[in-house]
Amino acid sequence: MGFRFSHLFSSLLKSLRDISPIVVVVLFFQWGVLDSSLPNVLSILAGAVMVIVGLSFFVMGLELGLFPIGENLAHAFANKGSLLALLSFAFCLGFGTTIAEPALVAVAKEAAEVAAEAKHIENTETSMQEYAAGLRLSVAFAVGLAIVIGVVRIIKGWPLYLIIIGGYMLIVLLTMFAPQEIIGIAYDSGGVTTSTITVPLVTALGVGLASAIKGRNPLLDGFGLIALASLTPMMFVMLYGIVY
Amino acid sequence: MISASVRFLETLFATLGDIFPIVVTILVFQYLVIKRPINQPKQLLLGTAFVVLGMVLFLLGLEQALFPLGQSMAKQLTSAEFLGLEESSVYIASEHWAAYAWIYLFSAAIGFSTTIAEPSLLAVAIKANGVSGGAVSIGGLRISVAIGVALGLALGSYRIVVGDPLHYYIIAGYILVVIQTLFAPKAIIPLAYDSGGVTTSTVTVPLVTALGLGLAESVPGRSPLLDGFGLIAFASLFPIISVLAYAQVTSFLASSSLSGDDDEI
Repeated sequence: MGFRFSHLFSSLLKSLRDISPIVVVVLFFQWGVLDSSLPNVLSILAGAVMVIVGLSFFVMGLELGLFPIGENLAHAFANKGSLLALLSFAFCLGFGTTIAEPALVAVAKEAAEVAAEAKHIENTETSMQEYAAGLRLSVAFAVGLAIVIGVVRIIKGWPLYLIIIGGYMLIVLLTMFAPQEIIGIAYDSGGVTTSTITVPLVTALGVGLASAIKGRNPLLDGFGLIALASLTPMMFVMLYGIVY
Repeated sequence: MISASVRFLETLFATLGDIFPIVVTILVFQYLVIKRPINQPKQLLLGTAFVVLGMVLFLLGLEQALFPLGQSMAKQLTSAEFLGLEESSVYIASEHWAAYAWIYLFSAAIGFSTTIAEPSLLAVAIKANGVSGGAVSIGGLRISVAIGVALGLALGSYRIVVGDPLHYYIIAGYILVVIQTLFAPKAIIPLAYDSGGVTTSTVTVPLVTALGLGLAESVPGRSPLLDGFGLIAFASLFPIISVLAYAQVTSFLASSSLSGDDDEI
């Protein structure tokens, strides 16, 4: 599939439709509820155009680049037949993408502030930085581990819901022992570990693996990697809060 | 003009920084482990360039248009002046929870609209549509996820106002997911679970965080550090519930229409 301008045009129209609910919400609350005019209208319009064009380029890039990369890798690993190589790749992908995730950096910093305020750690810059760095490492490890578990699940054909429900039970158990201050951050951490670039790649990897392995259904077995990558950080943040 | 160029370059380098570990991981495994050249390298390079450029423009647009507006609106809506509550007087927020009705509506509306525009969700919806042979509709999945986020954020905002412990709500949500899982069509379960992780990304997180912290700052007796968190957890959990519900409803409607046909025959 190559680049086509007709494809770009239809993608732009779809993106325009996708951001229209935001425009409606903003205008309704700005004019109807807060009864105030829009500040910097030209700047906002320029921003909206950038969002539309950016979303269109992103979608085209998915179909040209990220999806094929993920699927090609899945098929290449399946053909190679080395489980160790596949699991190493799964871990590196999960760990590498999470450690650099800006949202996680912010959450780790906030967690350190909470821990310092609750007197779990010293209220010094050094100890807060150490705490935040340790938390980032443990969450990145958790995501790496999650992708590994997810890949093993696809290969073995285990039902996803058993793993997820088991994870929920573990989270409930950890909630009972975790410091009260860390619970909110731990629950939020599950939502910030999967970035916009990681999601399509990991999804394509899962679907590609399920397609390449005999007896696997891409819809039933290919999805679930993101779910696991969202679940494990919650456990590890609470464990970190208990242990630290 | 110069500041715009600087912002573009800053965002470009930040995005390249995010993608760098992925590129390194892929190249190392491709050439050192799989030991095969990449298929169609030009197309993949063009696609990756589109993704990076798309993300840069998308983020710049959000930072210029949506984030400042959304954050200032969240601030205005949570102010004591707008709520009609005396700033100086100490009132019990849980008794005045109805005064925050516009906040709940704003949370739901911003949750729904930003989720529809979320690139991660769009990526998963496109993939699910392709894999299912069109059985999972892109629009249907995105709307059901967006409804989940809307409900989650409205309930999460209510929780901050009344000051209930977060884990009660989340554990109740988990129980509901487990019950739904027992009755939902098997094929949709992994996709429903995934939908929780993809909703909280580029667009939603900054706005939701601003809303949570703004609300916790303005409600008497709430600490931004302790009570400001948890909205993202709601926005991650409720889409699972709504997608499972959507699957159950559509499967029920499909089976009832089939049984109706049988009756006619």
